[in-house]
Amino acid sequence: MDEILEILEKDARATSQDIARMLKKKPQKVKEAIKKYEKQGVILKYKTVINKELIKEANSEVRALIEVNIVPQKDVGFDKIAERIYSFQEVSSCYLISGTYDLLLIAEGKDLHTVARFVAEKLSPMENVRGTVTHFLLKKYKEDGVILKHKEENKRIAISY
Amino acid sequence: MKKYISQKVHEMQPSGIRAFFDLVLGMEDVISLGVGEPDFITPWQIREAGIFSLEQGFTSYTSNKGLYKLRISISRYLKQRYGLHYSPDEEILITVGVSEGFDLALRALINSGDKILIPSPSYVSYGPLTELAGGIPVFIDTKDSGFKLTARLLEKNIDKKTKGIILNYPNNPTGISYTKKELEALKKVILKHNMLCLSDEIYADLTYEFEHTPFAKLSNAKNNTVYLNGFSKSYAMTGWRVGFVCGPKEIIAAMTKIHQYTIMCVPITSQMAACEALHVGKKSVDEMRREYKRRREFIISRLNDLGLHCQRPQGAFYAFPSIKKSKLSALDFAQKLLKEEKVAVVPGTAFGAEYKDYVRMSYASSYDNLKEALTRIENFLARNRRK
Repeated sequence: MDEILEILEKDARATSQDIARMLKKKPQKVKEAIKKYEKQGVILKYKTVINKELIKEANSEVRALIEVNIVPQKDVGFDKIAERIYSFQEVSSCYLISGTYDLLLIAEGKDLHTVARFVAEKLSPMENVRGTVTHFLLKKYKEDGVILKHKEENKRIAISY
Repeated sequence: MKKYISQKVHEMQPSGIRAFFDLVLGMEDVISLGVGEPDFITPWQIREAGIFSLEQGFTSYTSNKGLYKLRISISRYLKQRYGLHYSPDEEILITVGVSEGFDLALRALINSGDKILIPSPSYVSYGPLTELAGGIPVFIDTKDSGFKLTARLLEKNIDKKTKGIILNYPNNPTGISYTKKELEALKKVILKHNMLCLSDEIYADLTYEFEHTPFAKLSNAKNNTVYLNGFSKSYAMTGWRVGFVCGPKEIIAAMTKIHQYTIMCVPITSQMAACEALHVGKKSVDEMRREYKRRREFIISRLNDLGLHCQRPQGAFYAFPSIKKSKLSALDFAQKLLKEEKVAVVPGTAFGAEYKDYVRMSYASSYDNLKEALTRIENFLARNRRK
């Protein structure tokens, strides 16, 4: 992977000026490369990782993993039905996977009721959906490589040889 | 009480910057560029191996030389990585970090009055340990040759009493390292005078511009080389205190004699964890090197823009910029910067009295920290210029 992407993946706030310094390139060249990645859709968006466990009002949000068994369709396989499913705003992630079921969804709602209603009223009745199993998340420990704890304090002594 | 202290220790110069260190340690919210260790904790896989060894009941002494399986792993690693051959039976000794390795080597090799050459600026322990062992440290200032020892400079400092030289590359504090060609030139002189080379290569895995060449790998050099390395910097294991020394079997045997009476053996938990470290392997080390390389470019470019000229470091995670422009001495610069901007750096004088125009900045710190620290240094310079 291009080092520009590697840097931005770790810190989306890194400026093209600083990235240029790190990689010994011209800032203009870095800017152009980033523009190109954005245009190609390699860079989709820039966001902030927030530990919602620490925010009271956000903490009432409910997330669930939903396993979905579906009947693939002729010519389009799973893609068409997947699209119908992931287009719901309740669905935050959607993966086609191998194993005993086909799609794995991560669904979010403001409370249990919202997610349950999505499953019961939107997802399950779909023609090609054979069955669903819903797992509500109880606690998040680690997400996308980030451990969700208070920031670890620095244990190094401040000065040493 | 003074009368009880041995004369030799009494005469040892206390570090002139101890008070400054205490000042740093007493302050809160400091951005520190003064740290001589990696900025992440030991990879979990290695920590887990340490824990598991405790659960399994590995709590005893090991052989004086160190766990055999660790010596075998080191031997294999050196063979694979550099094509260097050291026998795990007779030519490898596990030590409490490179620090102990140096103490042992100097004590095992020095007769009273022997001279040891030390290119400077240099790591803080070489001089005092040489003196403690009864030797005479001869510092060779490398300021005028870009902090690199040259064959000519080396030749000039050799006399009949010269027994050996301490090389440290990549270097703490300058980050300077040597290419194979440069090492060959030094080796010629060293072999010509039948000297020993104590080669501290603890930062070898953090070499950015060329492949690191162990001194022992140069043709005909192995018999005159004591190779010192460890796990601290490559695997972020500073607190575990595990290093190793490789060399001719007679020298290792001599060192082991002292080691068995003073240390007995390195703690077994640390040795077990170190075994795992060698299996974790390249990936995490490579990632770390790439990260440091980027930070290096960032800090060098910023420092040079600020007029704090800096020799381009080729390894380790230190920059050693000149602060001449500030018209402050290293200690004053460091103290003022700490008090006014809460940024800690190490005064160059820690690495030799003549480096009062330099400070050491470690870039083993996050991009955010480096960025903020340099902004503060910029403000500091601007404000002090105006006065």
